[in-house]
Amino acid sequence: MSPVIEVQNLTKRYHDTVAVDDVSFTIQEDTIYGLLGRNGAGKTTIMSILTAQNFATSGEVRVFGENPYENAHVLSQMCFVRESQKYPDDALPKHAFETARLFFPNWDQEFAERLIADFQLPLKTRIKKLSRGQLSAVGVIIGLAARARITFFDEPYLGLDAVARQIFYDRLLEDYTEHPRTVILSSHLIDEVSNLIERVLVIDRGKIIMDEATDAVRDRAATIVGDTTAVEAFVADREVLHRESLGRVSSVTVLGTLTAAERASLAAKGLDVGPVSLQQLIVRVTQHAAEAADAAATAAPIDEGALR
Amino acid sequence: MIDEGRAIFLQIAESIEDAIVDGSLPEESQAPSTNELAAFHRINPATAAKGVNMLVDKGVLYKRRGIGMFVAAGAQEQLRGERRAAFADRFIDPLLAEARALGLDADDLTTLIQRRYTTTAEGTAR
Repeated sequence: MSPVIEVQNLTKRYHDTVAVDDVSFTIQEDTIYGLLGRNGAGKTTIMSILTAQNFATSGEVRVFGENPYENAHVLSQMCFVRESQKYPDDALPKHAFETARLFFPNWDQEFAERLIADFQLPLKTRIKKLSRGQLSAVGVIIGLAARARITFFDEPYLGLDAVARQIFYDRLLEDYTEHPRTVILSSHLIDEVSNLIERVLVIDRGKIIMDEATDAVRDRAATIVGDTTAVEAFVADREVLHRESLGRVSSVTVLGTLTAAERASLAAKGLDVGPVSLQQLIVRVTQHAAEAADAAATAAPIDEGALR
Repeated sequence: MIDEGRAIFLQIAESIEDAIVDGSLPEESQAPSTNELAAFHRINPATAAKGVNMLVDKGVLYKRRGIGMFVAAGAQEQLRGERRAAFADRFIDPLLAEARALGLDADDLTTLIQRRYTTTAEGTAR
């Protein structure tokens, strides 16, 4: 596999705010990525720059080895489905699909029609009058049927109900299996997408704090639960991501894969080991990074659970 | 189905191994394809492929070019051997830990196991 996107020392500043802070990464061909992080972490800015809809302050971006700016050859092979896509006031969904059909060389009309039926999208209602979920469906349908070599979905499912989201995940996976391509999915619903994404990129405060195979991080952390003294003794020389206690019982999340011997010794001490989902891990790692940053700078309050 | 906290490719490999051990996927029969596994478990096909490839490396599955993956001859015995070796650690140790906490001694356990062994054998005889 070869990289389709290469980013070197990318920085984006808006006046005094650094939205993207000197990041470097590559995106491999035919892989589904999860681009995860809190609101304002820099996800949309990065996707906008990669699709030439925004300018970098400094650094270099290469897509298929070329500069994407005003490069029709590159841009026609990328599809960016924005959370807040704007359409002309009197446009109907069919106008949006016809435009997409002209623009994307791999557009599959039959697939688009099947998706329209799946999402029960009314074609004769003006886009302006669609519900939030139906509006999201328009974007999702374009993103899937365009079958671009690289597709960015930026929080594509605002307002989509659980059934519609499952349709999106299922169609994405099916179509990706038949027509492998690169997909970058930005999402807050990490648990819902964790089985779909092959690699995970976590961005926090404009920096990439995790760039790994999803499977490799699944057993990266564990939660140890039991008598406080025994738990604290076990976690003493480990990196603690989170700590909670209730009376004499503590629940401590530690970083690091447990060996079979460690698991046996925990069981012998009567301590329970719980799994840490990708979502919990990312919440903890992000909070941990924030605490470390605050400790280095000045203290700022941490908004617990805001990642959800 | 898929649990949290463990690599998915390992769970995929284990689910295929389970089917081989219990005989529902016999030797020399065709194993589910990567795409079938991905669709069934709703997982990324690359992850499913990693699980299947792990079993190929172990010699449990082998590839017939252009047709698919098949269960190797001797795979069932190989996997049963592995599981028997791990049986005491996986099942007996936790059983003993709970029994000790409840004040059951080895004789109590033997009696219980014998009684259950007979009653469940009637229920699940194949």
